[in-house]
Amino acid sequence: MPNQGKRDDPAFRMSRRKMMKGVAAVLGAMALPAKDAPASVWESFFQKNFRELSPEELKGVLARLEKEYSEKYKKAVTVRATPPIEGILFGYGLDLSRCIGCRRCVYACVGENNQSRDPQIQWIRVLQLNKERGVDLEDAEQYYNPAKVPEKGHFYMPVQCQQCELPPCTKVCPVQATWKERDGIVVVDYNWCIGCRYCMAACPYGARHFNWKKPGLPPAEMNPETHYLGNRPRPVGVVEKCTFCIQRVRNTPGRYTACVEICPVGARKFGNLLDPESEIRYIIENKRVFILKEDLNTRPKFYYFYAT
Amino acid sequence: MKRDYLRYERVLAAAAVVVCLSALTAFAAPAPAQAQVRGPGAVQPSLPYKMFPEPANKQFPVPKPPFTPGIFPCSECHKDMKPNPKRRTLTDEHTNIVLNHAQGQRWCLDCHDTYDRDKLHLVNGQRIGFDESYRLCGQCHGDKYRDWKVGVHGKRTGMWNGEKQYLLCVNCHNPHDPRFKPLKPMPPPVRPGDIR
Repeated sequence: MPNQGKRDDPAFRMSRRKMMKGVAAVLGAMALPAKDAPASVWESFFQKNFRELSPEELKGVLARLEKEYSEKYKKAVTVRATPPIEGILFGYGLDLSRCIGCRRCVYACVGENNQSRDPQIQWIRVLQLNKERGVDLEDAEQYYNPAKVPEKGHFYMPVQCQQCELPPCTKVCPVQATWKERDGIVVVDYNWCIGCRYCMAACPYGARHFNWKKPGLPPAEMNPETHYLGNRPRPVGVVEKCTFCIQRVRNTPGRYTACVEICPVGARKFGNLLDPESEIRYIIENKRVFILKEDLNTRPKFYYFYAT
Repeated sequence: MKRDYLRYERVLAAAAVVVCLSALTAFAAPAPAQAQVRGPGAVQPSLPYKMFPEPANKQFPVPKPPFTPGIFPCSECHKDMKPNPKRRTLTDEHTNIVLNHAQGQRWCLDCHDTYDRDKLHLVNGQRIGFDESYRLCGQCHGDKYRDWKVGVHGKRTGMWNGEKQYLLCVNCHNPHDPRFKPLKPMPPPVRPGDIR
């Protein structure tokens, strides 16, 4: 063997393991945000899960995000992390006898919650159903586009996150980036989400949406009143969902959600399930109410009802 | 078996005591006993729906009535006219109003007041302002009125746990043609295949 001598030379005595280590170290270093990286990139790189942040750390995170978004969207953006109000469990009512399928709610939601315009992400999906077949999801049409709604023989059922009491989506998250808050809202920590989309597969309502591309959000249309767990601008590669307008409702007094506020027929109702005097409790106690896919035992807090 | 019997007996005895006591109190002081039954501690009869007792003159936070610009006050034109309470089809004025709301069974002055043109009136003759028109509508549409009062029929804006803004019936329903008019829907979502 002519090369035998060369191989025995100490300079060439590199084991496979050693070589792999070297390659990994170089690749790892290349993956780090070294090139023109501001300090904030490192801070977000080492940021903890939202639920593990101390009050001081949270303050720092919010300040960093506010600065980042304000620069990006060229306006004063506020990012709050208002905690849940004690003694509140949010519930939602939707009157199927009133909804006319005009999709005003869909676009009010997009405007309020800073969804990507291009590629399009919408948290509310309005289904057109056949009166003769009832709530038959096999027969649902979401791309209807007549000159005027409602169309004869049809009724409309908007579907969005049902804010389940037993949410299947949070169970499957491998990194616990999504969870149910004490006021019943299911939220996502966009900084912790790894984009595996298990939650999308687990959700039986199609309520979760993925940012396949960098969200296209024109600065002029950006809503600067944001919440960390809600409508703050999302990065590419994370999952997002309806949060009952967490930035609006977690205040005393708190505004109604954008979809309730826009609905021209007043089909959407919102309130505290623990308050016996609230509209939502009146509906549950006095109207014909059903929840979507009851058989899955997800226990939604989104109640469809017939007021007439 | 014996235990059940005992319990039954005890219940009977208790009932007898209650009956005697109530008879006594009724005999001694009939008025207070009646007041007790009506008091807050009394068991309310169970109704198929929840009652929200309210004072008769309760005001709801409603916006201004949506008048056609320039039409109100009506007395502006009507002050010099002699009221004509005869049922007829109007030919000179208000011809644009086509009644599509129990037409044939009613006409203008069933709701609009004959002698005070800036007011409406209820069937009992009580005059009410246009800002209270929900009381007029509620005379026939009692179930909707009940739902509206508790915030279930119609749109609410404002604060879910604070001050709520109501709408008048006529903000959404034209009183002369009340069916909600169809709307043009906003654009449908982009099909996944068309997202690039």
